[in-house]
Amino acid sequence: MTLLFNLLIFPGLLFTGFAGGLLSWFDRKLSARLQWRRGPVWFQPFADLAKLMGKETILPAEGSRPLFLFAPVAGLAAVLVASWIIWLSLLRPEMGFVGDLIAVFYLLSVPALALIVGGSASANPLASLGAGREIKLLLAYELPLLLSLLVPVVQAGSLRLGGILAHQSAAGSIAGSWSGLLALAAAVLCQQAKLGLPPFDIAEAETEISSGPLIEYSGPPLALFKFTKMLMLPVMPLFLVTVFWNGIGSSLGGHLAAVAKVLALVTAAVLIKNTNPRLRIDQAVKFFWGPVTILAASALLLALFGL
Amino acid sequence: MKKNLKITQKALLKSPWVFHLSTGSCNNCDIEILDVLTPRFDAERFGVMLVGSPRHADVLLVTGAMTRKALPRVKEVWKKMARPCAVVAMGACSMDQGIFRGAYNTPDPVDSVIPVDVYIPGCPPKPEAMILGLVKALEVVKEKFQGEKRIDKML
Repeated sequence: MTLLFNLLIFPGLLFTGFAGGLLSWFDRKLSARLQWRRGPVWFQPFADLAKLMGKETILPAEGSRPLFLFAPVAGLAAVLVASWIIWLSLLRPEMGFVGDLIAVFYLLSVPALALIVGGSASANPLASLGAGREIKLLLAYELPLLLSLLVPVVQAGSLRLGGILAHQSAAGSIAGSWSGLLALAAAVLCQQAKLGLPPFDIAEAETEISSGPLIEYSGPPLALFKFTKMLMLPVMPLFLVTVFWNGIGSSLGGHLAAVAKVLALVTAAVLIKNTNPRLRIDQAVKFFWGPVTILAASALLLALFGL
Repeated sequence: MKKNLKITQKALLKSPWVFHLSTGSCNNCDIEILDVLTPRFDAERFGVMLVGSPRHADVLLVTGAMTRKALPRVKEVWKKMARPCAVVAMGACSMDQGIFRGAYNTPDPVDSVIPVDVYIPGCPPKPEAMILGLVKALEVVKEKFQGEKRIDKML
């Protein structure tokens, strides 16, 4: 019963979904203001989702229909479970399990896998092109992201999110150290690719390959993909705040600070999004396996030397 | 007898996603569409987004006089759209073929191939006219939802 409450209401579907919708509006509004436009009303993301729920679902004539419908559900479920594990370690640190950091890391890569599977199942050439790019992008950013997540593990000497949080409340935030700061910088760049925002929206590339893997989706399955993307907006920054930046604290001040930190990370993502044109996939891979991996690896080296 | 709208239908009126289909236009209408999205008019205030795939779209925005080559493509794109959806013919060419009427390469007007809900006249239409056309298109969709007969479909 508690599990069901946790997954569906707080901190699961309802709460994280609402936060995701608001953050998605924040993203669109801020982008609009940066371009000197007015921007949409605050319930715009919710209206988009509600509208898509009422539209027709068109299934591909060729290709695998069960996979086509299953992929968006799998992506959404994975983000919900990841968000639940993060919140569990924030609210009740003793409830976490050894290696929950790794579990969250892999659960957060499932939405990208869902996009790949769903896109491939639609048997559309542009979708398979987008799916191929998503695979390359996934390979590119997972390496530096994992390296940068090893910094808090090394510093705290624990693979549990609860252990990392306990270390931070005793010895100050991970981002306060040199290695932590460099690792956070690398992780913020990886977050940009994980959220699928420009300059790393290579897989969807609306103006180039017509939304890539999503091209054949319509109605409720498309709504699920959009919803998954909205959910990633609070979940990914919250994960980084948990691991690098003190979590949500225990007092009201700590909670408000955590909200400000999440907003700051999302603002950084929106600013990068609005000031950078889309890269080609080879440029993105070079970027992540070159400078970002070097940044993350040097952070890890510093952490191993205790800096 | 007006029916009450379902929440998904109300939401559609608040977030019309537009797929822009050029059927052989001179590009002036297409440039003018961008004016509606840029800071001066900013149609995103009303939830309007340009989408890349007809599967995602609620409004099919047709420009151009529909050449012989474009005709089967127009049919195909209209079939590919998820219902409910509306069709807007924009510019003099897609209304009544404009200066291309009777030309050898533009055999049929757009509304002889797909059902057009709203026409926006002009060569090219002003951004204000386009926004008015959008409002009319949403009214047409609303009336369709309410099950009323459409009386005046011309702008």
